[in-house]
Amino acid sequence: MQITTPSFKDNARRALGDSDLRRALDNMKTGFVGKRLLAVERLPEFDALRDDARDIKEHVLENLDAYLERFEARVKEQGGQVHWCRDADEARRVMLEICRDAGARTVTKSKSMIGEEIAINEHLEANGIEPVETDLGEYIIQLRREPPSHIIAPAIHLSKEQVADAFRQKHGQFPGDRPLDEPRALVDEARAVLRQRYFDADVGITGANMLVAETGSVVIVTNEGNADLTMTLPPVHIVLASIEKVVPTLEDAATILRVLARSATGQEMSVYTTFCTGPRRSGDADGPEAFHVVLLDNGRSALLGGEFHDILRCIRCGACLNHCPVYSAIGGHAYGWVYPGPMGAVLTPGLIGLEQAADLPNATTFCGKCEEVCPMRIPLPKMMRYWRDREFEARLTPTLSRLGLAAWTFLALRPALYRVATGLVIGILGALGRNRGRFRRLPLAGGWTAARDLPAPQGRTFMRLWAQRRRGRP
Amino acid sequence: MSGARDTILGSIRKSLKRGPLSAEQAARLEHRLKTPRANVIPARARVSGRRRTDLFVDEAERVSTTVARVADAAGVPGAIASYLAEHNLPATLKVAPDPALKTIPWSEKPVLSVVEGRGEDGDAVSVTGAFAGVAETGTLVLLSGPEHPSTLNLLPETHIVVLRRDHLVGSYEDAWALLRVMGRGMPRTVTMVTGPSRTADIEQTLQLGAHGPRRLHIVLIGGAEDDAE
Repeated sequence: MQITTPSFKDNARRALGDSDLRRALDNMKTGFVGKRLLAVERLPEFDALRDDARDIKEHVLENLDAYLERFEARVKEQGGQVHWCRDADEARRVMLEICRDAGARTVTKSKSMIGEEIAINEHLEANGIEPVETDLGEYIIQLRREPPSHIIAPAIHLSKEQVADAFRQKHGQFPGDRPLDEPRALVDEARAVLRQRYFDADVGITGANMLVAETGSVVIVTNEGNADLTMTLPPVHIVLASIEKVVPTLEDAATILRVLARSATGQEMSVYTTFCTGPRRSGDADGPEAFHVVLLDNGRSALLGGEFHDILRCIRCGACLNHCPVYSAIGGHAYGWVYPGPMGAVLTPGLIGLEQAADLPNATTFCGKCEEVCPMRIPLPKMMRYWRDREFEARLTPTLSRLGLAAWTFLALRPALYRVATGLVIGILGALGRNRGRFRRLPLAGGWTAARDLPAPQGRTFMRLWAQRRRGRP
Repeated sequence: MSGARDTILGSIRKSLKRGPLSAEQAARLEHRLKTPRANVIPARARVSGRRRTDLFVDEAERVSTTVARVADAAGVPGAIASYLAEHNLPATLKVAPDPALKTIPWSEKPVLSVVEGRGEDGDAVSVTGAFAGVAETGTLVLLSGPEHPSTLNLLPETHIVVLRRDHLVGSYEDAWALLRVMGRGMPRTVTMVTGPSRTADIEQTLQLGAHGPRRLHIVLIGGAEDDAE
């Protein structure tokens, strides 16, 4: 996947001017945000469950090596194989080899963000194997050859007309003048086309929402049922999972499931939650002959124990995206890589490097909504600040900002001078702005005044007002 | 890939600033895994008897599952026949080779044509049992195995589940406890199904029947009367 994160500002500016995107993103407020609230209101224990979910994952991270070994042992006992992969390259190589050994020509895939992270589709294609995405949203963007714009609703940026155009262009087997005005018709057409692809596939690749150490099970959650078909019909099932997905027991998985769907889509429970354990058993009438788990690190183990440790609790529900004023304004593509929104602003610099992703931790209003809705209680704003600190240290912060910060530091360390200087500025701005009551343009603040006016100060600083009040004068 | 395995485990330990767990720490983890402990269970899941049945039905209906209640197995063919007629669906059933379903007197409704086997493309209606129904969210727990091919849950347009009322539990944890009591470990798949297949990937408008069944219908045996418990 092409990384366009370094041009985040241009991407965002372009997105802000896109009226189709605006309309599409507006659906999110009535959809995800409203439904989550209703689901949370129906469950008085929601916050207590969040505490438990956080504690479970925290316990796992502190013992991650032991739980992964335990999970591996259980998978092997059930006749499955585990492949440890340090980085994207190793994972791609292992997966291609499994596909080649199976003589695969096509593989079906259920949505996997890690699949995007390691660009597995491009790699399979380059080696003559056709990957077919089966999650409807992911299928649509695969037809359009674009990346997902949301971690649980990859095609959220598209209108139904854009989907219909893609179907007309790529589904040549149907009459060109068929009606495709309604979402129902689009869903039915995708269902018919993909049904055959499931049967044709030689390998099925799924992601994993959790790995259960107790049983060696892989937990996969969908609403469409596409992951179940993907893991049931082809003779080989490959699970692609990152190392931080492991949980101890089935009970712990149940706790996380209770907060996952509610936070993601506002459902009490997603439609299909499958605990998949090894290949087909003797006597089974269906299921794959071979079961592989690819365990990917790709930079995660290095994040453990440090300032960004908490992001490893993330269960990819997307709530922080849905509630983010920045994501809601620019959509996911502007972020330029796999993970958008607040969780992306924290995770992306950790995975692709701060140099490439320097803009992301700054794309925030620090409203704190992301942390407020996060089911795993991840302190996202705090971690964005950590990245900003590192940017400053690494001199990645733009010169003008550095100068501004240096000037402010100079003043802030000298309270008397600070009061004189701010009193002066407030006085001058107050006098200049008295007539209009606002400024449309200010030197050095063009970025701020481009989209709004600055209200003119009313003549006195806070410190002075405070001093007067304490002396008992209004 | 043993090189990669060692590197990853080493990197985890380095970040955590420790070596492998001590024998005592490892034993503590092993104990946590061997004696699974429930976390917070919502109060709504801790119900029994008639209230549990009502909760299960209410929650199932909230997610577009339909539920019919019959007194005993003899009522199942009639309930299924009228459901199919009401929705104008074909009366050919692909039935799971489940011993519990064999006791159903299918022949009493000659309009139903019954074939046993796994699910295949083109199957209109499947009938399976269920390991449990979880009242908390109206969720069915389906285990794969010789008596329950998982394709029956996925390929037909309509999935009918015959569920005994005494297989209803309150919470997911209750279902795990039952599974452990059975002592056969995890089958290839344990699928928790909460409503028929759906998607909202196009403009966030909900559509049923994305890839799996368009309709999910439960015939609940023993649900019609008996308030005791």
